[in-house]
This record gives sequence, C-alpha cells and structure tokens, in this order.
Amino acid sequence: MSEAAEARASGSRWRVAANRRWIIMALLLALTCYAPFQLVPFRVFQFTMVLIYAVALLGLNLLVGHTGQISLGHGAYFAVGAYTAAILLHSWHVPYPATLPAAAVAAFALGLAFGVPAVRLRGLYLALVTLAIAIFLVPLLKRFESVTGGSMGLTLAKPVPPAWTGLAEDQWLYFLTLAVAVVAFLVTRSVLRSRVGRALHAIRDNEAAAEVMGVRLSFYKTLSFAWSAMLAGIAGCLYTWVIGYVSPDSFVVTLSITLLAGLVVGGLGSYWGPLLGGLFVMFVPSISQSVNDAAPGVVFGLLIIAVMYVAPTGLAGLAGRAAYSIKKTLRKE
Amino acid sequence: MRVSVIGCTAMLLAAVAACGGRGGTEPGATASGPCQGQQTTGITDKTIKLGGIYPLSGPASAYGDIPKGIKAYFDYINAEKNGIGGRKVEFVVRDDGYQPPKAVEEARRLVEQEQVFALFQTLGTPSTTATWDYTNQRKVPQIFVATGASKWGTDTKHPWTIGWQPNYISEARVYAQYLKKEKPTAKVAVLYQNDDFGKDLFGGFKRAIEGSGITVVGEQSYEVTDPSIDPQMRNLAGSKADVFLNITTPKFGSQALAADAKNTAWNPLHIINNVSSSITVLKPVGFENVQGVVSSTYYKDPRDATWNDDAEMKLYKAKMAQYAPGTDPNVPFFTFGWAVADSFNKTMSAAKCPTREGLRDSMRSLSNVQINMLLPGVTMTTAADDGFPIESMQLMKFKGEGWELFGNVIDTRKEFGPLTG
Repeated sequence: MSEAAEARASGSRWRVAANRRWIIMALLLALTCYAPFQLVPFRVFQFTMVLIYAVALLGLNLLVGHTGQISLGHGAYFAVGAYTAAILLHSWHVPYPATLPAAAVAAFALGLAFGVPAVRLRGLYLALVTLAIAIFLVPLLKRFESVTGGSMGLTLAKPVPPAWTGLAEDQWLYFLTLAVAVVAFLVTRSVLRSRVGRALHAIRDNEAAAEVMGVRLSFYKTLSFAWSAMLAGIAGCLYTWVIGYVSPDSFVVTLSITLLAGLVVGGLGSYWGPLLGGLFVMFVPSISQSVNDAAPGVVFGLLIIAVMYVAPTGLAGLAGRAAYSIKKTLRKE
Repeated sequence: MRVSVIGCTAMLLAAVAACGGRGGTEPGATASGPCQGQQTTGITDKTIKLGGIYPLSGPASAYGDIPKGIKAYFDYINAEKNGIGGRKVEFVVRDDGYQPPKAVEEARRLVEQEQVFALFQTLGTPSTTATWDYTNQRKVPQIFVATGASKWGTDTKHPWTIGWQPNYISEARVYAQYLKKEKPTAKVAVLYQNDDFGKDLFGGFKRAIEGSGITVVGEQSYEVTDPSIDPQMRNLAGSKADVFLNITTPKFGSQALAADAKNTAWNPLHIINNVSSSITVLKPVGFENVQGVVSSTYYKDPRDATWNDDAEMKLYKAKMAQYAPGTDPNVPFFTFGWAVADSFNKTMSAAKCPTREGLRDSMRSLSNVQINMLLPGVTMTTAADDGFPIESMQLMKFKGEGWELFGNVIDTRKEFGPLTG
C-alpha cells in the first residue's frame, strides 16, 4: 500500500470513528429526551438531580481535574447559586429564568474573589482555605435572617411548565436542567479544546514548565476558580428550581466533600467523569441503604474504597480500560 | 473512540436505571361504596403500607431510634393484635441524613415507587418543610411529623400534614402559666438557640407573658455551631434575673446547667425545655447541682420509677425485649416511637373510610383520644381549625436522681385559647 493510500485509509477510519461518536451522542441525547415520558415522576426527579450534580461536577472537574487545583468548598458556591436564586424569587419576585444568569454571576464573582488569594496557595494549604469557605457559609446564612430566612430557610414556588409544552412539572424541570447541562457541557468542552484548555492542562502537569512556556499562572488559575464556581452556582440555581426549598442545613460541609468524592469516583479530568459522578452521588447512597439499613454511611464509604481500588482512574477510566481490552480481544480474533 | 465507549457506558447506566414505565401518572386505586372515589393506594383489606423518613445517618442520627420503637410496636400489633383493624402494617423506613433534598427524594420514592398509603412521620423542620408541598399536592397524608414547630398546626394550606408532639409555643405557654402562678413578678433571663426551634419557643413565651407582671430582663442567643455558651451565661448572670429559661438542645443544655451551678452568686429558678430534659443531659452536670430544676413533659419516662407498675409501661418493656431484642427500652426515643405508633393506630382505627381521605379527616377530628404511653390527663384533640394533637403538658421538678411530676396537667388550650398563626 502506498503512503498516500494508507493516509487516506486512516483518514477515513478517523471519519468513521468521528461519525460513530456523533451517532452515539445523538442516541444518548434522544434517550435522555425520551426517558422522562417513560419513567415515573420519582425517577425523572432523580435524573434531574443527577444532571444538577453533573453540572456542579463539571465545574469542579475544570478546577480539580483539568487545572490540578483542589477545592473542598464547592458546596459553598453551590449554596451561593441556590440562595441567589431563592432570594431573587422570594424577595424580588424575579421571573425564574432570570435567576440563572444572576446566580451564575454571583458565584463567578465569589469564585474570582477566592481565586485571587488561592493563587498563592498550593496543595493542602489551598484545600484548607477552600474548606473554610464551606464551613463558614452555613452560620453566615443563618445570621441574616431577614434576607436568607435564617435556619428556617426559604420555601419557593416551583417553575410552572408553560401550557404549550403539555409537560408535567417534573418533566419540565428535567428538560430545563437537561438544556442547561448540555450547554454547560458543550461550552466547557470547547473551552478545554482551546488555548485556555491547553494552558490549564499545562498548569496541572507542571507549573514551572507552563510558566516557562508563557502561561500566566495567576490569570489562568483565577479564571479556572471563577469558571468552576460559576458552574457550581448554576447547578445551585437549578437545585432551587427543582427542590423549591433552601435551608442552610442543605449545604453543610458534607456536600462539598460528597461532590469531590463523586468527581474522583466518576473520573478526574475526563469528559464523562462528571456525569458518572452525578450518577454515583445520586444513586449509591440509596443503594447502600438497601444493602444495610442500619449503617448506610459505612456501606457508602466502603463502596467508594472499592471503586477506587478497582478503578483508580474513576469509573470513566474503568470504562475506557474495559473498552480498550475488549477492542484488543476483538482484534486478536 | 475512547470517549464514545465511555458514553456508551453512561448511556447503558442510564438505560438500566430507566427501566419501568410511567405508572405514577395514572390515578391511583380508588374505593367504591360509601367512600367512593377516595384514594386507596397502599391499603387493602389485609395490609396497610406506611413510609417514614428519618436521619439514620449524619449528625442527627440519634433520632434514628424513633423508627425502631415504631417498628417494635407495629411488629407487636401485627403478631398479637391482628394489625390495625385486621390490616397488617408494613412500615418502610428511609434515610435522609437530615438533608432536605434527600428527604424530597425519599418522599417521592415512598409515594411513587413504594406506593405507601401515608407518610407516617418525617423528622425535623427542614425535611418536613421541603416535603409538605409535595405530599399535599399529591394528597398523601403526612401524619404526626416529628418536629415541634408551630407551623404544622397554624398553616391552613396543608390539610394533609399534621404534627403530633406539643409544639414549642404550647410548651412555652406551660412555663409562662407556671410562672404566673408561682412568681407573678418574675424577672426572666433567657438563653435560646438561634433557629426556628429557639425562636418559636422564646416568641411563644413572650406572647404568653404579655399583660402579666413577668418581664424578660435579659436575652442571649447562640448558634448550634458555637463551641461554648459561657459568655452568654456571664451576661445573663449580670441581669439579676430570678428565673432562668434555658431554651437549648442537649449539648448546650448541659453547658448552661453547669454554668449555672458554677456561679454561686446567681441562683435563679432554672427552667430547662423538654428537648434537653433527658437524664443524659443532667447526669454530666452532677445530680447534686441540678436539684430543683423545672421542666415539662407529656409522655411517660421509662426510667421514672413512678411507672414501674404501669400496665402500658410493662407492656412496652416486655414487647421491646421481644420484638427489638438487644435494645435498651430506657432510651426515650423508643418510648416516643411506641407512643406515636399507638397514636397512629388509634387515629387509623377511628377513620370512617379506610382511605387517604378517611385518614386525613380522622387526624383532624380527634376528640380526647387516650394514648396510654402519654401522661394521664394528656390526650389528643384536633378539630378542623385546630391542627395540634397534643397541647397539654405537665411540669416536673428534678429531685434526687430523677424527675418528679408535680401540679396538674396544664391544658394550654384552656388557659390561652387556640393557637393561631
């Protein structure tokens, strides 16, 4: 075979692979759109929550998986988004679609504010500072009772599906969340494929080398923090729409830790990690409760350990490895 | 290629979870005959299925003992009393970890997937607040929620939700009533937890003493996250009050009792709220330091020797040993569970129709229903405009190594009129 022919062949093989990828994406999207009409509202609600966690994890993945920083305080940004939406809905009676950009901006600003000092910190020190955010937010929310509703929280009306859609409330919320999640996914993906993404990866892999190559560390790290916080804030806003109730007790430190655990289990730095992590965060606690009624926490912990032992690169990594070995076996035959 | 394979896996996961049709949108089963058209989901001639949501994990997991008491009671009546009116009770417990979003998920699971007849207890004000819109939209009874917030009774938009234990405002009224009689010119110092519980109780107290000679001369609040309440106690001691109202949760209750005992220059009458009146709170302070402390209660304390010969208490201890072996029946949460399960039994038995509507109407028309585990004289009464089953309590004073009841049961309805928002 001549070199040109070989190049053509590999090119077409690449095209086939790309096509297949698009077909699979389309199938996946079709399935996610079809599912809410087949499932009971309770399941639809669960998948809505999976998507919400996935959006938050998308942000966390940007920071932890792609930039190599750590955050134990993402629950706080999530809470800021949720409370921004809740306060706007409750005190200002803003139409609910308008709360989404507001929550995004608020979380972005907060992420930026914390990103600046965080640039000077590394590793454990950074982890501690971000943990502090998550810890002090809860008492703070309880203090300003006239605005935040104190420890009683705020109860809100859920978005009503427009009549022309003919959808039930849970389906409407699902599609709203799905739309936001898809947009967030595509935007993050294109960001990561751009200059910015390469800069972030360079920082993760070797800060010194990245700096030598002309990557402005402080700029990109701060940006990564802010973007990551913004996605968490967007997830928080969706959460407020779906649950219709916010209280400080919903956003304790455990939320931040659970998010991080979900991401690590799902797969750090992979595209599908956030979605798998969302599924894990949502379903594994209830599965572990059905395994043992008395101590769901213990079973949950053991499952995390088991997953990390079997799949050190997360579920996404495990799937990738499985696919690779299947392909290899197929090729041998 | 790698990405798409992972995508396949995600899709597969989604597809696996997606099995099952959309059954929930169809209207549930309904009754015929005199109760025609009423919902009979979760109830048959032989069974009744209930769902409860409690924090079995997380910081509030101590409350996870309540469903054990309930289960022991239901196991007992299923095995020995042929259930509730011939219907065997199935009680499904789910864990929300005291997290409102989890409570919403579990409420939906119980109603839509487990197809329970009613939610019998959700625990905690946040979890109940997060779920009651849903249960009322779906017209599912959410009966005897385990929280003392007053809004379950004062609210008029949620007829399917009702509390059980005396609400915090009623409890405050009991103390106010006691002071009006014993110390009509009392100067009161108050320490309260800065949340709905503390504010409900303190607010109720302030309203109850309006127009009397009793005054609040000092008030201090604390956060659940505070490490210590010593600064607050020093400030209160400076107020020269002769009554100290201790509105705290157990950990802080102990601290306040200890601080009061340590300060020999300030010796007010110490009133501690029911939430912190457990022996486990008083013991670390030393029994000699808490003599004469006043509190109030409404159900029988398994550790109180007064009830050693009480028929219900003997039954309770015997059945706990039989149906929940290995547990200590002296834990008040088990007793609480037993009492509330008995209350459900009586309420369900009194329902005219074995339907969700029947239970709703029954729980809102209780008339002096006697529950043997409650103190003699404490009964359950509700009406269309009265959503508080228990509004009577009895005072108790700490003497020797335990509480001693004194005075009559105080019916706050009679003394203060109905409680409204």
